[in-house]
Order: sequence, then C-alpha cells, then structure tokens
Amino acid sequence: MIELEKILAEYNYKQGALLPCLHLVQEKEGFISEKMISYLARKMDLTRVEVYSVVTFYSMFTLKKHGKYVIRMCLSFPCYLKGARTIFNAVKKELKIENGETTKDGLFSLEGVSCIGLCDKAPAMLINDKSYGNLNAKKTVDIIRKIKKAEKKK
Amino acid sequence: MIILLENIKRKGYNGSLASYKKYGGYEALGKALGMESSLIISELKKSGLRGRGGAAFPTGIKWEFAADAADNPKYVVCNADEGEPGTFKDKLLMEKDPHSLIEGMAICGKAIGTKHGFIYIRGEYFDAFRSLQKALDETRKQNLIGKNIMGSDFSFDITLYRGAGAYVCGEETALLDSLEGKKGQSRVKPPFPTFEGLRNKPTVLNNVETLSNIAQIISKGGSWFSKIGNKTATGTKLFCLSGDIKKPGVYEADMNVTLNELINDYGGGAVGTLSAVFPGGLASSLLTPDKFDIKMNYESVMKAGSMLGSGAVIAINSTRCPVDLAANRMAEFFDHESCGKCTPCREGTKRAKEILQGIASGTGSVEDLSTIRDLADVLFDTSRCGLGQTALNAIRSSIDIFEDIYLEHITKRRCRAGICKFKK
Ligand SMILES: Cc1cc2nc3c(=O)[nH]c(=O)nc-3n(C[C@H](O)[C@H](O)[C@H](O)COP(=O)(O)O)c2cc1C
Ligand code: SF4
Ligand code: FES
Repeated sequence: MIELEKILAEYNYKQGALLPCLHLVQEKEGFISEKMISYLARKMDLTRVEVYSVVTFYSMFTLKKHGKYVIRMCLSFPCYLKGARTIFNAVKKELKIENGETTKDGLFSLEGVSCIGLCDKAPAMLINDKSYGNLNAKKTVDIIRKIKKAEKKK
Repeated sequence: MIILLENIKRKGYNGSLASYKKYGGYEALGKALGMESSLIISELKKSGLRGRGGAAFPTGIKWEFAADAADNPKYVVCNADEGEPGTFKDKLLMEKDPHSLIEGMAICGKAIGTKHGFIYIRGEYFDAFRSLQKALDETRKQNLIGKNIMGSDFSFDITLYRGAGAYVCGEETALLDSLEGKKGQSRVKPPFPTFEGLRNKPTVLNNVETLSNIAQIISKGGSWFSKIGNKTATGTKLFCLSGDIKKPGVYEADMNVTLNELINDYGGGAVGTLSAVFPGGLASSLLTPDKFDIKMNYESVMKAGSMLGSGAVIAINSTRCPVDLAANRMAEFFDHESCGKCTPCREGTKRAKEILQGIASGTGSVEDLSTIRDLADVLFDTSRCGLGQTALNAIRSSIDIFEDIYLEHITKRRCRAGICKFKK
C-alpha cells in the first residue's frame, strides 16, 4: 500500500509508525494478517513477535476479519445503570453471535466495550465511526435491521 | 464562572478557526511569541492551575521542569485518551472548541522550547479526531502552527496520534510507550516524563482540559485566574454528570461548588433517591448523601475520604444493588483493563472479581469481605501504576457503606433490589 509507505517514511521507519500503520490496515482490510505482520516487522526492523504482541494488546486490532459493520456497545458503569446489558443481549440474539464474534455473512461484529464518552446519552454505542445514544433494545435492533435491509438492496 | 465552555455556549459558535478568532482566538499565542519563556511559565505558576487529568499536579511547575531540562529535543504531548467511565469532557472540548487546545499546546511549545507536539487521542473518538484534524488543517493554512508562526522565529507543529483501545494508555508513561508504537504498559517512575518522556526526552504531558485553559491565562494573566475558585483549586473545572440524574451532561463550575449543587442545580436533581455518588469516577471512593454538602475541590473531597479525579460524578440510586455493581461493573472493569505487567494488579483484580461474583451469586462467605479489604491494601501498596493502586478503592468503600447488603447476600442469599440471581 502506498499509504503505508507514506506513514513509514513520516516516522523514519521507526516503531512509532506501528500504530498508525495498523489502524490503516485494520480499516482497509478488516484485520491484521500474518503477511502484514511480517511486512511491518521487516519495514521497522522489529521481530514478528514484537508486532504480534502490539496487535494483540490493543482491542481495536484484530487477527480475524472484522465485519463490515463493527458494533461497539458500551457496557461501562453509567450505561450499565441505564440498561446496557439488556440491549446487549437483545443485539446478541438479533445477530445470533456472542461478544467478540462476527456474523457468518461477514456483515456485523459485536463488541462490548468500555465507556465511549457518550454517558450523557446512555446507553450508547458506536457502529463503525458513527455514534448512537439514548438507546433501548427495540431502537437498537431497529438500527441494525435497517442496515441489514440497506445491505440487501446493494 | 465560565472559562472553558464560554465559546461553546455562544450563539452560532461552531468551533471553526473563523469563529474562534472572532472571539480573540490566537491572540494569546501572538502575545506568548513576544514573551520570554520564563515569563510564560511564571504567569502559569501565578495562576495556580493544576492538572485536570486526575493527579492535579501544578502545571507551571511541570512546564518549568521540562523547560529547564538540558536534553533536546523536547516534546509537548496532550493526553486525549479520556477513557475513565463517566468522563466525557475532553471529547466535548475537542469536538466543539478544538482551537483552544491547539493554541494551548503551541504556547506550551514556546514555553519549553520545542517544535514537536503530539495529541494522543482515544481510538474510539472518531468525531473528536475529525474535528481536530480539520482544525489543524485550518491552523496550518493560516500559519498559526507550522514553520515560523506569524512570521516569528518560532516553529511548532502537532501530530495527531490515535490510540487503539486500551484504558491503561491514559496513564502517562503507558501513553508514552504507546506513542512509541509499543504495548501501552506503564514505566517505573522516576524518572518522570518531564525529564525522560517520549523517546526518553523531556516531555510535558497534559490533559486536554488543562491545556484548554492556557490561552485564557496568557491573555488575562495568571492573577486573574488565581482569583477564581478556591486557593488550592483555582479556576473552574468541568464536571461530567451521569447515572441516576435528570440532566446528565458536562457542566462547568468553580471548585467551590458543592456536590449537592452539582446534582440539584446543574443536573436537575436525582432520579429516585440517591444512595451514593462517585465524585471522581470508578477509581474514587463512594460518598453517601450525608457528605453531599462537600465542596468539589481536591482537598475537600480528599478529606471526605475520596478523590476528585477527572470529575466524573456518577449518581447511583437506591434501586441499584451495590453487590451487583461492584462485582459486574467495577471489579470486572479493572480486571479487564489491567495491563498485566505487575502481579498484584493482574492477579488481585481477577481475584476480587471472582470473589465478588461469588457473593453476587450466593456462594460467598463472610471472610470474603475481609479478603477484599486486604486485597485493596495490597494493591494500593504494591501496584506499579495508578490503575492497580486505585482499582479496589471504590469496592472497599462500597463494602464499608453497604456491609449489611453484602452480608444479606452472603448469609441469607437475598438481594433486596432483586437483581442478583443466586445459584441453586
Ligand atoms: C489508569 C490511569 C488512567 C488515566 N487516564 C487518563 C486520561 O484518560 N486522561 C488524562 O488526561 N489523564 C489520565 N491519567 C492521568 C495521567 O497519568 C496524567 O497524570 C495526566 O495526563 C497529566 O496531565 P495533567 O497534569 O494535565 O492532569 C490516568 C492515570 C491513570 C493511572
Ligand atoms: S498496576 Fe495494573 S495497569 Fe498498572 S502496571 Fe501494574 S498491571 Fe499494569
Ligand atoms: S458509560 Fe457508556 S458511554 Fe460512557
């Protein structure tokens, strides 16, 4: 990727480039492949284990392919008080997946996450880079169904 | 008194460079460019500003350490990793008034003598990231950051750096490791970042809210700021109200405000009857209603047995089960977020979670309560960073306050709130 080279050059091929590179790859490819780990390690003169350990340390990087839509449902204290757990269960049921899994059609991944700074609109979630607040189970399932429907039309 | 939210509350204010400049934006930077570094720092010291990220360290002294350090280059790093559950003030500042932060950082660069700035922003803060990116582009175009700012011999630029989902990276040394492309695990202090920070060079690390105060302090003077609030807690603070409260949100008040005023006058009152409040997030001890008349400044909250932290005020009403919350939200959070570098925190948070979940499911014993209290002491004394040191604070306070409810779960297998499900 040309964009990767650009980031690497900006950081002089030093390890500081690693997180920006991983963000880019995660966004473009939906996961961090073995091949990519080797490539980045070579470019920054790191061992593959070093890159691997960084990838696995941060929850936003995944070794398995993420769904096209990543649902990050806040389960932190203020959202929990407002019923986040019930909504989370409803979403699991709707998508027939557990926390951390991806639907078979590759459309959705579901993650229970820590506070995303929308506590004044609790309970809240992110779908990719979009935020949703003041949720309840029905509203949330509706949002997901709407995406499903739009995807079917494509 | 309003300082930080002044712009945001103006009619028609949209956070753009044009609107920021309309109300005097970047005049403070212009002023700072003509000031000796030592003069900027002495204004800041005069202001009495203390860090808003949780530790409340005097900002002027921090800058002075870095300015006086012999090594070069130096770095200005903004901690925008806001991850403490219930905290959402930095997000607001970055989304709605990003130039206050940028101007504050440039002034810091001038004061300590560097051209390198970084903003380490939470990976999940997509909107704030976009807002800062746009603001930085605008600023570069008008030469308010970049080479030879406003025609002076001072150059300064800012790199936006995204975190990737690890709460512990908010801890300053873990943040620096993360900024170097490593796993975010805390370093042993000392040396402090002001001496050996990013790439082992002198580094000023400040919270978003801290830096967003700087331009106004330089414009209006340190003594103006020092007269606001309380002697040991000058200026205003952003409080994030959430939980069982009618109008959750970010509110600005000087630090003489009481917890009662925050809940009732600002937050529109409680939903239901409150049984306890976190004055400073999950790392602070719970306060019961008899203490709601305390002033919300560092010293008073400490005296009441808790801490102000980053200003996350989370209200909890009497329909909640404290055992459920301790087991399934508090202990669970710290167990999940422990970076695993040191044993007391890694194992202690896990043990605490297991024990509490045992109590919440009816398999606990009376001794469990003293085990948790012991664990809290051990973690406080032996953990490497603030995460482990404070992880069991809140849980211990919950046990102290609601001991009868814990005992009911243990000996009678009964949950008054009807939330905990007991194993057969
Ligand atoms: C576990 C942990 C998490 C922290 N998270 C943050 C954070 O998200 N934002 C922040 O500004 N400070 C955070 N801090 C405090 C920082 O370590 C540091 O004290 C602060 O950024 C310094 O800036 P200030 O002096 O302007 O407050 C955290 C500390 C600990 C121990
Ligand atoms: S106290 Fe916890 S978070 Fe901090 S270094 Fe130790 S294991 Fe990591
Ligand atoms: S607790 Fe859910 S967004 Fe903050």
